Order: sequence, then structure tokens, then C-alpha cells
Amino acid sequence: MNFDFSDEQKQMRDEARKFLSEQCPPKAVREVLDGKAPYDKALWKGLAEMGFLGVAIPEQFGGAGAGHLELCVIAEEMGRALAPVPFSSTVYLAAEPLLIAGSDAQKQKWLPKIASGDAIGTLALFEGKGNPSPKAITVTANGGVLNGVKKPVPDGAIADFAVVAARTGSSGRESDISLFIVDLKAGGVEIKSLTNIDLTRGQAEITFKDAKAEPLGAAGEGWSVITQVLDRAAVLMAFEQVGGADRALEMGRDYALDRIAFGRPIGSFQAVKHMLADMYVSATLARSNCYYGAWALSTNAGELPEAAAAARISATQAFQHCAKNNIQVHGGMGFTWEFDCHMYYRRANAVALGLGSLSYWEDALIDRMRKKNAA
Amino acid sequence: MNFDDTPQEAAFRAEAKAWIAANAPKQYEDELRKASLGRVALKGANILEVAKAWQKKKADAGWACLHWPKEYGGRGSSPIERVIWQQEEGPFGRLSSMFIIGHGMCGPTMMAFAGEEQKRRYLPPLASGEKIWCQLFSEPAGGSDVAGLRTRAEKRGDEWVINGQKIWTSGAHYSDYGILLTRTDPTVAKHKGLTMFFLDMKSPGVEVRPIKQASGASDFNEVYFTDVRIPDTQRLGNVNDGWNVSLTTLMNERMSIGAGVATGFPELFDFCNSLMLEDGPAIENRAVRSKLANWAVKASGLKYTSMRAISALSRGERPGPDNSIGKLVAGSMIQDVATYALDLQGAAGTLSGPEDAEVAGKFQAMLLRAPGTRVEGGTDEIMRNIIAERVLGLPGDIRVDKDVPFNKIPTKGRA
Ligand SMILES: Cc1cc2nc3c(=O)[nH]c(=O)nc-3n(C[C@H](O)[C@H](O)[C@H](O)COP(=O)(O)OP(=O)(O)OC[C@H]3O[C@@H](n4cnc5c(N)ncnc54)[C@H](O)[C@@H]3O)c2cc1C
Repeated sequence: MNFDFSDEQKQMRDEARKFLSEQCPPKAVREVLDGKAPYDKALWKGLAEMGFLGVAIPEQFGGAGAGHLELCVIAEEMGRALAPVPFSSTVYLAAEPLLIAGSDAQKQKWLPKIASGDAIGTLALFEGKGNPSPKAITVTANGGVLNGVKKPVPDGAIADFAVVAARTGSSGRESDISLFIVDLKAGGVEIKSLTNIDLTRGQAEITFKDAKAEPLGAAGEGWSVITQVLDRAAVLMAFEQVGGADRALEMGRDYALDRIAFGRPIGSFQAVKHMLADMYVSATLARSNCYYGAWALSTNAGELPEAAAAARISATQAFQHCAKNNIQVHGGMGFTWEFDCHMYYRRANAVALGLGSLSYWEDALIDRMRKKNAA
Repeated sequence: MNFDDTPQEAAFRAEAKAWIAANAPKQYEDELRKASLGRVALKGANILEVAKAWQKKKADAGWACLHWPKEYGGRGSSPIERVIWQQEEGPFGRLSSMFIIGHGMCGPTMMAFAGEEQKRRYLPPLASGEKIWCQLFSEPAGGSDVAGLRTRAEKRGDEWVINGQKIWTSGAHYSDYGILLTRTDPTVAKHKGLTMFFLDMKSPGVEVRPIKQASGASDFNEVYFTDVRIPDTQRLGNVNDGWNVSLTTLMNERMSIGAGVATGFPELFDFCNSLMLEDGPAIENRAVRSKLANWAVKASGLKYTSMRAISALSRGERPGPDNSIGKLVAGSMIQDVATYALDLQGAAGTLSGPEDAEVAGKFQAMLLRAPGTRVEGGTDEIMRNIIAERVLGLPGDIRVDKDVPFNKIPTKGRA
């Protein structure tokens, strides 16, 4: 058994961490946070040059062809650094459905551009409040055009294209849903930026008015692709979350060692030590669940649906737990704009929702465990 | 990343599997598998005898104390082979509970500090389960603060004379030997005046009094020492160096990973799958599912954390202090799981007679054992201290008694 990343993968992690600590210090994150730019363009280009955007994209489509374990390694570092770039939307939510269901021509058209950083992609799934469900989809596709409104769409305002889930039938079943690729720069598309809790990553409302759409995958199979995409994204996002949780814990630990109160470092107070110990415990449990998710993802094992839900839940909890207690350890300082704690707190609570809420995944996990048990 | 055995590991596993299939006491397999935490008892059989027989059989065939050297009754196996064995032994491993302290802590301490002749004499019967050992550390005045103990050892010629009292000693009532931590100099700081021995529990002056636990069972004891004589040859380590010797013992606890900690989750999941509530199957209730999911990811998190540790072992790394996580998380979890399983049953959750024991009784047994899990081998608070200090590098607790002679340390909280 080797339930760990390989030496080469760990080396890649070190490289990514070094690159991001140089190219994406908190100062750079704040440029986006303060609204000076919609995302960090220089970083995006740099990530492409490092080969990180196409790490799991096959070589024939312009990627590095390394695989999903490598992508997990990069995802963790992106989360640690709070990289203010459309990485998750482009790489997990747009490239993955192309890899799963795209025709050769579609892959040839978009994947090399993703790998080179020339195209930003996203997934337009949600339509207002609620969790992923075929029932919630009202955007329609008819005669090659889409009509309706999607919101929120991650990085929708900066994306070049979107994978859109739309209704193509009225049977009330999953098979009513099909996927389409829409060029967001073409006609019939109106995009409005929405403000959101995580100021380092944009959200948008996209209105389609007879927007030209190209089918992605077979008609009626959209929901099955969406489910697979969400599972894969759940694992990848969980790595981002664990990266964020780890960094929040580290910040808390460092502050506890430096800050003196009552004549001693606050890290010598047991209440503070125990708070940090509990953060470590939740981050470690989440990391272990993530590793299992990574294994399932990279081997495309039948266990993926269950593993993805477990990784998602435990990483969501760990990041929220570490981010909030990091502020507590920092006291009043933690509540200031100047300190970075709130950036992690915002991100933790935003990524907790982006692929469906915690309760949605809890429900999914038990459902999947039950099916496995019955089988 | 993979879950595959190396060829050597696979060969070892196959050998272990075959031997277990041919030799394990299969008539008890079902009962052992179902036994809930803290309640390993067999109907119509003496568990101690069954356990000793299985251990002896293992020892005779070279499957006991796998990681010990052969000359002391072991097999000289690698840590990873030990883990593979535990996986294959499965429910029969539950028969080892009375040997854990001897094998996990007393044996390694003997190995590190006893003389060669003593090792060859005492260790093989410990490995084979013929002799059972206990650990006499905790006292009314020193549990978490082990170094606060008061049992005195005074040198008289070639012997030491012991007076005092130990408490919470697991298995003392059926133990043949014990390792004993004593105070040999009360005039120096508390960590500096301790000395370790091993002794025959049948020595004159040793009195074992079982304690009835909160669970109703009696697994641990008070042990009184009245002028008990121990030859100086049974001293482990130098005089007044007992603290360092005891650290060796406690460090060895950490090596006992791999078997997987009980969390109560599989039992709860099965239970919710079958339970009918007023408005339908429990498993279909949203609130129930949410609770289950939360525990599911803790249980899987622990499982995969131990797999990561096993992977590190197989690369030859030593287990780190982060193995404290297992007991810390599982202890409270099993308590909460049991509370919830009873809650779901409403008033019927209080019943534990023979008819209801299968359901309520099982979770009640967990509930009543769990507080002990959170205390034994270091409380939750001590575990958190260990994680904070040794993993995260935070400062040690402020010790007001550190440089004070032991006999000047206050003994009462409220004057
Ligand atoms: C089932 C069981 C089996 C046992 N078997 C054995 C055995 O075989 N041999 C043996 O020697 N001992 C044994 N013990 C004893 C066990 O090691 C001690 O009970 C344990 O270490 C706690 O010590 P204590 O009971 O004195 O509690 P105390 O140390 O008095 O603790 C009381 C409370 O104070 C807290 N506390 C104490 N110190 C600190 C601190 N520094 N920081 C924060 N909180 C603190 C504790 O966490 C706890 O909540 C066993 C105990 C149990 C329950």
C-alpha cells in the first residue's frame, strides 16, 4: 500500500507552493479583493506557463497529460494561496465536462486554450436559491438556441465560454436535461456581475436570449455528466479547502507563538492550544478523506461518488472550522481588514456553497452509502 | 497512490490468512464480531482461557508479538507486517485485549531496560500469553500527572521495600507480573526522584481490590503495597531515572496503530437503516441523515488517517505523535453516537433487558464504556496538549511544580 502522493507529486507540490508564494502573496490577492482587477491576469499566465492549467488535460489536447492526482496537488496549493484566478471554474467545471462528454472537435477547440490560459471557462448550472437538481433547471434549449437566466455563475463575468445545463424535454425526469457549450462573447448573451461574499472570486448572472448553443454530449445525458462533474469537482475543491484550512491553522499557530498577553505567548494558554489542536484534527481528518477521494478520482473507481461526498463534507467543515477559529486566535486583529484572516473566512464560506451546500452533500453521502450497502 | 500490497507483503498476508483460517477459534467468530465496545465476553466460555489458548497457539506457530525479536518470543517482523496480521486476524484480535498492556507497554520496557537473562526468562511467556502483565503507574494523586505519584520505594540492602497504593490498574486481578513506578527520593523535583521496577504480582504484601466501574464491569483495580520486597535486580533503569524509563513505556503506546479504532458508526448506520420512526424509515429522515453524514466522515477520516500512517510505516518511518488523533476523536464520537442511537429510540432506549439488548443494550454498553476511553491512556485534554506541543510546536504548559522538591508541593486544591 502507498496511500500517499509519490515523490514526483510531492516535488510538484513544492514547486507550486514556491511559485505561488512568489507570484501570489497576500498583496496580490488583495488587488482583486479591493476591486482593482477582476482576477490576477499575470498569475493566470504564469500558471499556464508552469503547466498547471493543463496538468490533467491529455497531451494531444495541449495539456501535460499528468493526471488527476497531480491536479489535486495543485488544487491544494491554489487553496492555500487563495489564488484570485478562475482556476476552479475553468479547470474543474469547464474542462472536466469537456473531457467526459466532449467530441474530439470540441476538445480540440477548447482544451488547448484552457491549458495555455487563453480561454476561461465556467459551468452555468444554478438558477437562484437551492441545490443542484434537474428540477430546478428552467433555461430551455430549442432549435439550437438557449433562453433563460443562470445565477450564480462562477467567474461568469470573465469567462469566454460556458457549459450550460438546459432543459430539452418536459417528462419531469433527469433525461430532460442536456448540456451545451455557449460562446459567451457571441450574441444573445447578457452578463451582469454580482457582488458576493468572496471578493477574490467573481459571480455573475447570465441571461440567454436566443443565444447560439452547441450540444455537449448526447441529448438527455446532461444530468449524468453534471453528476460526474460535481463529484470530480468536489474532490478537487476539497483539496483547495484543505489547503486553505492548513494555511489558516498555520497562521493561527504562528500568531499564537508571537503574541504576548499576561506576560506569556497566548499559545501557552491551554484554551488556545486546544483550539489549535482541534483545528489540526479536523484538517487532518479532511486531508485523509481527500486522499481517498484523490485515489478514487484518479482511478475512476466505483467508490468515487461516496468518496467525493465524504471529502467534500469533511473539507468544508475543516476549512470553516479553521478559518473561524483562526480569527478567534488573532483576537481583535483577526477582525481587521488589514489582517488576512477574513480572506480565508470569506473563501471558506463561499466554497462551502459553490457546488451545493453541506446539507446537499450530506444527503448525497448517505444516499450513496445506502446504495452500496444494499448492493 | 494505491492500496496494493508489495509482493513480499502479499506473500506475508497469504501466509497469515491461511494460518488463521486453519487455526482460529471459529466457533467464537460471530460473537466476537458482534461484541460491542468494552464488552468482550463469550457465552458459555471463559474468555480468559479462550484468549490464552489462542495466544499460545499463535506463539507456538510464530505469530505472537510479531515485531519482537525471535529470541524473546516474537517473529522479528516489520511494523507493516504487524499491521497486515492485525487486518487478517480481524475479530479474533479482540481476544488480545488482556494482553495489550503487557505486549504494548511492559514488554518493550523490559526489552529496553532489563538484563539479557531476564529478557529471555520473562518475555517469551509474556508473548505467548502464559503470563499476563499489568502497568502500575496511576495513583490517586497522579494520573495525568503521573510524576505526582507517592508510592515509596526504600532501599534495604539488596532489596527495595515498597509501600503505597496504585489505582485504575487494568487486569491486575489476573496479572502475573507488573511494571511499577515508585518514588525513591521525595526531596528532589518530582520527575527526578522516580524509579521503575518489575515485580511478581503474587509477592507477599501485594493486595488487589477490584473496582466496580461506572459500566458495572470490573476491569481495573486498586493495588495496595505493604512492605513488598523487590530485589534490586528487578530495577529497570537507574535509580531516580524512572521518569525516562516510563517515557519509553508511554512512547511505545503509539506503536499500537493499525487495528483501527472503534467509532460506533457502522453500528449506528445499520441501526438507522432498519429503524422505523413515526414518519418512516430513520435513514430517510433528513435530520438523521445529516447526523449520520457528519459521523461518517469522521469515521472515514480516521480510517484513512491510519492508512496514511501505515503507508508511512511501510516506508520505514516511525509513527508520530499525531497518532493521538484516533483515540481523541473516537472517544467522544462513540459517546455521541451511542447517545444519539438511544435518543432515536425514545423511551424504549432506556431498556436493556435480554429482549431489547440487541438494540438498546448495545448502544448502552458503548455509552457506559466511552467515558473510560476518553480517560485511559491519557485524557482528551492531555491528547490535545500532546498535539498542540509536539505536532504544532506550541509552548508547554506552565509548570508551577517543576523545580520544587516533591515534598514541598501542595497536595490539596482548597485549603
Ligand atoms: C478504563 C481505564 C483503564 C486504566 N488502566 C490503567 C492501567 O492499567 N494502569 C495505569 O497505570 N493507569 C490506568 N488508568 C489510569 C489512567 O491512565 C488515568 O485515569 C488517566 O491518565 C487520568 O488520570 P486521573 O484519573 O488521575 O485523572 P486526573 O489527572 O485527575 O484528571 C481529571 C481531569 O483533569 C484534567 N487534567 C489533568 N491534568 C490536566 C492538564 N495538565 N491539562 C488539562 N487538563 C488536565 C483531565 O483531563 C481530567 O479531565 C486507567 C484508566 C481508565 C479509565
